[in-house]
Amino acid sequence: MSAQKADIIAQLQKDILLLQGLRPACNSGVVDVGLGPVKNAFPGATFPTGAIHEFVSEAAEHAAASAGFISGLLGALMQNGSVCLWISTSGTIFPPALKAFGIEPDRVFFITLQREKDVLWAMEEALKCEGLAAVVGEVRELDFTASRRLQLAVEQSRATGFVLRHQPRRLHATACTSRWRITPLASQLEARMPGMGFPRWQVELLKVRNGRPGTWAMEWFAGKFRQVGEHTMVAPQQPVRKIV
Amino acid sequence: MRQRFISIWFRHLTTDWCIRRQPVLRNAAFVLSAPDHGRLMVTAANAAARQQGIDAGMTVADARALVPHLQVLDDQPGLPVRLLTALGEWCIRFTPLTAIDPPDGLILNVSGCAHLWGGEEPYLTDIVTRLKNTGYEVRAAMADTMGAAWAIARFGKFSPIIAPGEQFAALLPLPPAALRLEPAAIERLHKLGLHQVRGFIGLQRSALRRRFGAGLLQRLDQALGLEREAFLPLQPVEPYQERLPCLEPIVTGTGIEIALQKLLETLCARLRKEEKGLRTAVLEGHRVDGKIEQVEIGTNRPSHNAGHLFKLFELKVPSMEPALGIELFVLHATRTEAAPSRQDAFWNRSGALEDVNIAELLDRLTGKMGPGIVHRYLPAEHYWPERSMKPAADLQEKNTAAWPANRPRPIRMLPRPEPITVTAPIPDYPPMLFRYKGKLHTIKKADGPERIEREWWLEGGEHRDYYCVEDEEGRRYWLFRSGHYDVNKPRNWFIHGFFA
Repeated sequence: MSAQKADIIAQLQKDILLLQGLRPACNSGVVDVGLGPVKNAFPGATFPTGAIHEFVSEAAEHAAASAGFISGLLGALMQNGSVCLWISTSGTIFPPALKAFGIEPDRVFFITLQREKDVLWAMEEALKCEGLAAVVGEVRELDFTASRRLQLAVEQSRATGFVLRHQPRRLHATACTSRWRITPLASQLEARMPGMGFPRWQVELLKVRNGRPGTWAMEWFAGKFRQVGEHTMVAPQQPVRKIV
Repeated sequence: MRQRFISIWFRHLTTDWCIRRQPVLRNAAFVLSAPDHGRLMVTAANAAARQQGIDAGMTVADARALVPHLQVLDDQPGLPVRLLTALGEWCIRFTPLTAIDPPDGLILNVSGCAHLWGGEEPYLTDIVTRLKNTGYEVRAAMADTMGAAWAIARFGKFSPIIAPGEQFAALLPLPPAALRLEPAAIERLHKLGLHQVRGFIGLQRSALRRRFGAGLLQRLDQALGLEREAFLPLQPVEPYQERLPCLEPIVTGTGIEIALQKLLETLCARLRKEEKGLRTAVLEGHRVDGKIEQVEIGTNRPSHNAGHLFKLFELKVPSMEPALGIELFVLHATRTEAAPSRQDAFWNRSGALEDVNIAELLDRLTGKMGPGIVHRYLPAEHYWPERSMKPAADLQEKNTAAWPANRPRPIRMLPRPEPITVTAPIPDYPPMLFRYKGKLHTIKKADGPERIEREWWLEGGEHRDYYCVEDEEGRRYWLFRSGHYDVNKPRNWFIHGFFA
């Protein structure tokens, strides 16, 4: 009897995920973005492609770390030769650096716009387009309505959207699948080796729909993500610090 | 019906064209030259140069010896044919059938056209004066056959108009070269003392064929009208333009969209049939008050997809002001390119650069936000960071060099380097501390220097010594010192980017 109940509950959970727009990628093949243990935080232990991920950063260094982490994910998503769009108002990404994250920089279109409103419009328009691997948008504010629009666009086209929010004024609830915060960590080298080590980040998954948030230390090593140290999976106790 | 032809001879086609383009050359002696067997040969000379004894076929060195201040311009291969084609298309105002006659002539089939100008004489005069007024020195003649018109235009001494059926008499006093013969045949005729057509036109045909080949007989028959000659008329490209006059003036946006849809459907049907795609198009709305409202669109790759083009125009239609109403719409494809129809894959959307969806998406973005917002970069072979990439011209451009991956580069780069204050222990060592935007950073790890020299052939200035540094919180920066270490110049350190 209990086994039957468990079956029913599992089925209901699956249905809820479907209703929330988290369709499992069935025929296109699951893309393994190489996140290792982080993917266990997501429902079904797969990194959701075809969803909107929100990244929050406060300082310029954090924005660079977030950009690096997203580039690592893009590298995996663009494996099949597809292209992606990077939409922003500043245009500070330096394309030759993307090569280190497994991206051919000539397959990234950088779209520089004047206003945040235009970035959101362009992002929605791009996410509706089938055939793009991913769309990255750098905006400061993202309210619930805007995120809902992006989510609806993504459900149609199955592209992956990344919203990079630099110094957001308020962090409302959004319709995004997850909210991340990437901060740089001191790199480590072999004993007594000179120079600088591999890029290392503290990856905080602040919110994830139907999953378990947590914190990990990750390193970009030999073209892959690598977990370093003990992984800690904790729900964040205090909300993200508001910037006044 | 009896045929009538006009042959126009441009005596100095290329030099006249040069003078037309650069009027300062009118009084100067100049020649056009082209390399041949390792030396420069004169291919054409203008009147001032000819007066001094320079002519086509000389070497440029000889010509310079004659006229020291001679100007020498480069000859473009294929120029005469291009010019003749353009002139031939212009001549369609006189007759629908025009043909080029390389290297220096045009032939017009003017059967039944002359009466519109009030007779053959005013007609021919009009053609010649109009061409002369544009700056070309021409001779023209009219006859029943192309061969006779050609001969009279070049060698005729009396009337340029040969009355119908009179070509036999007109040819008699002309030299053999007037029959468009091979140079070898002309030379042989002169050697035999046959300096005029009348000397051999009455000879037996079999004798002529035996001595001078069948070519002579054929040319003779063509000139006399006994044998037909092929005439290949020029076919000008019809502009890709559609018009839609309206019974009632259109004042609403919906009305404009309906008109646009109709125009696009007909234009795209034609483009598809001819395997062409448009790159830029202009929609003009002629208003009742005489003003013209126009909007323009551009695409990233040639397109004949009416739905897509309509979407691009749709973004622009609100900027059209109908005022009292628009009574005529004109859609003009100003730039078209070949767009061979391809079989689209039904499944397996690759999403690569060739994908039509992406090109259409970029068109929509530029259509709404204006040009110059989409950037794609290709590697450039420069070490200087600001020059290590160049914008790609279009979607199709491939990278010719590989992206360098052996040097660390920051993922975010400042638009321009910002000055910082540092404490560096000894020359050529990475700094210990630096202050950026009022915040002090203690450097724990550092890598460098990577010296990047300024490319002196492009710009002057100091070299840069780049250091990758990491502070106590793990934040990574790209710093550089401009030029050599100098105690007297402490403010030559800059921050240039942030590593991931």
